[in-house]
Amino acid sequence: MGNYIGKSVKRVEDKRFLTGKGRYTDDIVLPGMLHMQIVRSSYAHARVNRIDTSAAKAHADVVAVYTGADIHTDGNIIGVPCGWQVNFKNGDTMKEPPHPLLVKDKVRHMGDAVAIVIAETKEAAKDAAELVVVDYEPLPSVTDVGKAAAAGAPLVHDDVPDNLCFDWELGDKAKTDAAMETAHHITKLDFVNQRVIPNAIEPRAAIGSYDATNDKYTLYTTSQNPHLTRLLLCAFVLGIPEHKVRVVAPDVGGGFGSKIFHYSEEALVIWASNKLQRPIKWNSERSEAFLTDAHGRDHKTSAEMGFDAEGNIVGLRINTLANLGAYLSTFAPAVPTYLHGTLLQGLYTTPAIHIDLKAVFTHTTAVDAYRGAGRPEATFLLERMIDLSAIEMGMDPVELRKKNFIPAFDGVEQEGYITQVALQYDSGDYHPVLDRAVEMVGYEQFRKEQAEARANGRYLGIGFSTYIEACGIAPSAVVGALGARAGLYESAQVRVQPTGSVSVYTGSHSHGQGHETTFAQVVADKLGIPLESVDIIHGDSDAVAFGMGTYGSRSLAVGGSAIMKSIDKVLEKGAKIAAHKLEAAEDDIEYSDGQWTVKGTDKSIGFGDIALTAYVPHDYPANLEPGMDFSSFYDPANFTYPFGAHIAVVEVDPDTGKVDLKRFIAVDDVGNVINPMIVDGQIHGGLAQGIGQALFEGAIYDEEGQLMNGSYMDYTMPRADDLPSFEIDRTVTPCPHNPLGVKGAGEAGCIGSTPAVVNAVVDALAPFGVRDVQMPMTPERVWRAMHNGNGNGKA
Amino acid sequence: MGIPINVKVNGQSYSKEVEPRLLLVHFLRDVLALTGTHVGCDTSSCGACTIHIDGEAAKSCTILAVQVDGAEITTVEGLSPADGSDLHPIQEGFKEEHGLQCGFCTPGMMMASLDLLKRNPNPTESEIRHALEGNYCRCTGYHNIVKSIQHAAKNMGKEVAHG
Repeated sequence: MGNYIGKSVKRVEDKRFLTGKGRYTDDIVLPGMLHMQIVRSSYAHARVNRIDTSAAKAHADVVAVYTGADIHTDGNIIGVPCGWQVNFKNGDTMKEPPHPLLVKDKVRHMGDAVAIVIAETKEAAKDAAELVVVDYEPLPSVTDVGKAAAAGAPLVHDDVPDNLCFDWELGDKAKTDAAMETAHHITKLDFVNQRVIPNAIEPRAAIGSYDATNDKYTLYTTSQNPHLTRLLLCAFVLGIPEHKVRVVAPDVGGGFGSKIFHYSEEALVIWASNKLQRPIKWNSERSEAFLTDAHGRDHKTSAEMGFDAEGNIVGLRINTLANLGAYLSTFAPAVPTYLHGTLLQGLYTTPAIHIDLKAVFTHTTAVDAYRGAGRPEATFLLERMIDLSAIEMGMDPVELRKKNFIPAFDGVEQEGYITQVALQYDSGDYHPVLDRAVEMVGYEQFRKEQAEARANGRYLGIGFSTYIEACGIAPSAVVGALGARAGLYESAQVRVQPTGSVSVYTGSHSHGQGHETTFAQVVADKLGIPLESVDIIHGDSDAVAFGMGTYGSRSLAVGGSAIMKSIDKVLEKGAKIAAHKLEAAEDDIEYSDGQWTVKGTDKSIGFGDIALTAYVPHDYPANLEPGMDFSSFYDPANFTYPFGAHIAVVEVDPDTGKVDLKRFIAVDDVGNVINPMIVDGQIHGGLAQGIGQALFEGAIYDEEGQLMNGSYMDYTMPRADDLPSFEIDRTVTPCPHNPLGVKGAGEAGCIGSTPAVVNAVVDALAPFGVRDVQMPMTPERVWRAMHNGNGNGKA
Repeated sequence: MGIPINVKVNGQSYSKEVEPRLLLVHFLRDVLALTGTHVGCDTSSCGACTIHIDGEAAKSCTILAVQVDGAEITTVEGLSPADGSDLHPIQEGFKEEHGLQCGFCTPGMMMASLDLLKRNPNPTESEIRHALEGNYCRCTGYHNIVKSIQHAAKNMGKEVAHG
């Protein structure tokens, strides 16, 4: 045992991607396939008085044109559902207006779908879509969450007063108010955690196909969770029995959250494939992706952090407005609440916390989980506040953090830490990550260089961030009590083939994370067989029993644990067969390195022989079923809690305001690590996205609700020359409650990095009296902050 | 309506009639079924569609199929032997240094990298990062892509030395 776990095994999935043989949804061509183009609103808010499809229908090669009237009168199709319910403070159910596949009466955001055109070729569908004439009556719109929540704002849904989907609170208000009353110092900051757009490089796509011979549908889709998509599509949208729909998520070109959700296009291609009895493909163009992929973040927050005279945090009081967009996306209500409010303890012993939150509709694209989902917003809030507090109290930002860290606990000898905001952390040891990061950056030396540089008119800055996240989502009973309309377990089937090779079917989905390698490492090690003998199969609802998919850094912690359960069953049955074959008692049999051995003897039998015996059971234990094929479902006992410390070093050009990210140090603790190379890669990618939010990214809507930067020409993401090579390290604090001791690594980089960069820029601009810079910290914003924001342009 | 073109793609000659507005990337993907070249945007910004035309990197979403009449094109499918028996050093570099995650930007990234290594066989990190300005990756943070290219440069250097 132990040949693979912990080693940087090169990825088995790489070859197909490197040779151009990856099979993404848009690569799939089915016989007789038609193409769908969607007519989308160019207004943020407008009444749809009339849709004239006659010219489009008359266009060459057009097969059909459908509007909302065609679809929503067919059966009882209402629209795509929301998968999470949050209640108002007073117990009322959240407002949940319909999210139609195609609107009939009103468009509610730029890009809202009005009609679909289906044609023999992509070109004909696009041409004809231009010929659909929609008579819009423009209405006043609101995109800013603060304005939408204000009295008299235009309503997104007529029956949702004040655009308020729900209000919500967490923590002890009375205790927090009392703590703030007695605080020696209170740091206050109002800030915006801006809307960002996920931008997986593969745009979304879907193909719907209906086979009349067996009355069965197939949906190929760019999804992070094909089974959940099938469940929502079948049970809540189209009313088709699930056994009549196969959902395949083939190779998927990145997700970052945006491909978790069930989107209306998936239902449209399935619905139309039955109407027309032909396969139908839709693939999003980038400009369409900007308007329709669920966006992330978009919070407006007022924060207060109170301290005693020694610098101990005594209270945290938060008011947040969360922008939901025009409609409720699949997990939208959970993101600002149970994935954000619950993380406000951070790594600190804060004894009193209260958050008051309003979730608000606006005339914008729906907002939902984006890499980190709520946890980056919580971390940003805490880490900006503690850094600012250090400045205001004249303390060192590292010392202030360490002073307030929760003491180490392993979750075994010491109980998990119970927070003020409804969670119990599994295990944590927070000083070493920060100590290591400080050592790597050479903090003392940096402060000397910074002072020298300032004397020479150069502005260097250092920014710290420490974070915790809740991953491995999640115990079903817990999330059920919090409003999830699904369980969040995972399934796994381990099928030992008669010749001893192994096929593993997992409900997790890999879209870059490398499951085909990492999961195979686990299986090969635990069974003591070569890696080449293991295949990981995912992303096909006809092959995999069930699955909840990949998001929230859950694949290994939850999906891997399900695999471990099935492996245990394989080994248990193998031992029974081996005991029979070796004529020994089952208790005397032990398994190691692919061999069952009678303890203390040289009598043994190999994994392959036992597998063959299970399928050719001539000489076989009585009353034991033939075969070697086990399914398991694993429901986690708790969330997992990775944590870490990030440090950014920047230089700001005082003439242009341009921020040069010179170094980035990340020390993360994601529990046990199966494949260090892959985990490092996950951290790198997360860092780039988190840094991207700090420096480059942000959706911009104009007064009319137009997305002003809805293309790669206009929306800035980090390119290779915007980033340094990262300096990363890790500590290992195993998760005490899952069999692999793993915590999850997918989001860590994106959660910790953003505030580190902002803190670094603020530190660089300290001589100008700057205490905050709004993200993204463009050269213009930084320059203005130096000159007239809260600085005077003079150091 | 179709305009006849003759092109050589990955060493194989094709004579086809194409619509004047057909983009090269769609010619490769939809007409020749070479789906390794990807489309990630509609503004020539992402580089997922990067191929080589007569030995130089180009974004195939920015060129009409009719413009490559008479040209020789290499796509990701042409980097290594068709039977997959061997990987090109650039492919090897990306594999060894974990320069890819979801794989979607990878073909374009490798074609752009090769173009760099042709012009500059031993680039610095800074030169590599500048050369990749036209290619977006959302998964790797570019960290391991830089290492992949350095890895390939080293091995391609060896090949030249031996060859």
